[in-house]
Amino acid sequence: MDLRFTESEEAFRAEARAWLDANVPHELPSGDTRDGFALHLDWERKLFDDRWAVVSWPKEYGRREASLIEWLIFEEEYYRAGGPQRVTQNGIFLLAPTVFEFGTKEQQDRILPRMAGAEDLWCQGWSEPNAGSDLAGIKSTARRDEGGWRLTGQKTWTTRGAFCTHLFGLFRTDPEAQRHRGMSYFLVPLDAEGVTVRGFGRLDGDEGFAEVFFEDVFVPDGDVLGEVNKGWNVAMATTGSERGLTLRSPGRFMATAARLVELWKSQPEPSIDDDVVACWMDAEAYRWQTYATVARLMDGAKAGAEASLTKLFWSELDVRLHETALRLLGPDAELEGPWMKGFEFALAGPIYAGTNEIQRNVVAERVLGLPR
Amino acid sequence: MRFAFDAEQLEFRDAARNLLEKECPASAVRAAWSNDTGRVWGLWDRLVEMGLFELDEVDSILVLEETGRACVPEPVVEAWALQRSDATLALDHTPFALYADTAGVVLVQRDEDLVGASMGERRVSVDGTRRLFEVHDDGDVVTDLELGVVADRAALAAAAQLVGLAQQMLDMSVAYVAQREQFGKPVGSFQAVKHHLADAALRLEFARPCVHRAAWVLANDPDDAQDAVSLAKAQASEAALLVARKALQVHGAIGYTVEYDLHMWIKRSWALAAAWGDAGWHRNRVKNALLKGRTTDA
Repeated sequence: MDLRFTESEEAFRAEARAWLDANVPHELPSGDTRDGFALHLDWERKLFDDRWAVVSWPKEYGRREASLIEWLIFEEEYYRAGGPQRVTQNGIFLLAPTVFEFGTKEQQDRILPRMAGAEDLWCQGWSEPNAGSDLAGIKSTARRDEGGWRLTGQKTWTTRGAFCTHLFGLFRTDPEAQRHRGMSYFLVPLDAEGVTVRGFGRLDGDEGFAEVFFEDVFVPDGDVLGEVNKGWNVAMATTGSERGLTLRSPGRFMATAARLVELWKSQPEPSIDDDVVACWMDAEAYRWQTYATVARLMDGAKAGAEASLTKLFWSELDVRLHETALRLLGPDAELEGPWMKGFEFALAGPIYAGTNEIQRNVVAERVLGLPR
Repeated sequence: MRFAFDAEQLEFRDAARNLLEKECPASAVRAAWSNDTGRVWGLWDRLVEMGLFELDEVDSILVLEETGRACVPEPVVEAWALQRSDATLALDHTPFALYADTAGVVLVQRDEDLVGASMGERRVSVDGTRRLFEVHDDGDVVTDLELGVVADRAALAAAAQLVGLAQQMLDMSVAYVAQREQFGKPVGSFQAVKHHLADAALRLEFARPCVHRAAWVLANDPDDAQDAVSLAKAQASEAALLVARKALQVHGAIGYTVEYDLHMWIKRSWALAAAWGDAGWHRNRVKNALLKGRTTDA
């Protein structure tokens, strides 16, 4: 055990900090509006040009091949510098790990560089109007056709779907198979014939959601990720990322906790002291739990059902951080501002990526081993 | 940066676990509730032989967890804090000396020093093994150990034991709800029961790394370990109290009896969560550090 960062890790941190301090845009509008999204793409391309978009990717994709520790360091520095939410996150943090694991070389070469450069923008097409927590209940289908498949159905709650260019999603390829079997994982350009996208407002009013309709949309065989009818397994590899480490590194919550502490110092309220400190300490606990997890992953362990513990912890912490800030603001809490905006965003955490009720079932059954 | 134990440290933990399964089963803890010493005959010498009170913080932290897991009724926290196997300890925030009647030496805080103490009245703990005594700070300064470091070591040892206690209570609960049947199926298959235990596992999962990290900080930078120790003790106290509450609830009436073993673990958790600075005491210390602008960057 050695909790000191190595010289090269410190050098990496210093380089990241210097670049971010010089380049992070402040006052960017929300990336979940059409105009804001476009401005965020400029930022994403700047990150890419200076090799900060996807620091952990292999050198052959022109990146830094950073270790997991360095990636955590980058994230800490990114949010410390006030960097905005990554509008590319569903591609680079959710789809990319799956492409690295299941994609052919041709798919990797075709998909990953354009994703990293924010040329192709990916959204997730999993949930349907009648299949949310029960993801295995999806109804959208893919029918065999010459050289590919024909997709029909509807996806919804698709984050930034109205602004993205591509969708990764699950469709039923074997109509006879039940539940988790007979699904495949498709990669679909949203400008394909037969695709209709309708954006709509989330809780905060931004057009951050979309529903996506498919009517006999042709997708060639080369855009199936992983084996046909094995889509569930391929998708579950992505949920591990979504629930756990890659999407929600500690840096974001440490930065929010630090801002909460600053707010509390500027307008102290003794009855809230203990909650502020408890939030800050939980952000620290999340950090140390993550460093311990990363050590296990670097020793060859797989991210498994434990990711559900992580998801429960960060999503509930994020809500508490913002609730506590709003209490400090008192009557100003209702005014439009970053804390209310952040609060509305945080409230999605216990719902998306598998509701926290589902996560508690996963923890009980697959971490603790309780009977189903 | 590498936050993991090495193979030797894990072997030492396993050896301690094996020893305690043999020398300190639940029946031995139960016997200590009603014998004259509140302790397990012969166990202390075995712990001393293991070298628990000589090893550094990182090498011994997992063994301290095991002593919590086995609910060991011995002055482990006190002796480990003082790095001497013949002594027990009382501080301003933890004023009664555990096992002062059987420990060789009693040390007590007087202002910023540790001095020899004489024993006063017995105080009765909710944990029947914890023989607590009032002490009088009438002796001389007998150690050059720094008070702050001793207090932090005691808090960390208690935090480690709380993590071990919580793990055992969680394991007992998982085993119980898997075999206890109502309505024709194991109660552990009901979602309401599952969610209680998921909450318990959650708090424990995020307390344990704080304890391990504080051990490293104490071993490497003992004069600047307050924030790390306070994080560890606050998280471990909250975790153990929550796990205790959930364990009692999912056991139902059987847990609410002194004939079943769980109560010994629950009461030890209550005692250690309150001793050596409870969660509120440690959050208050972190609060003061935050107000001074300090943070705990590694």
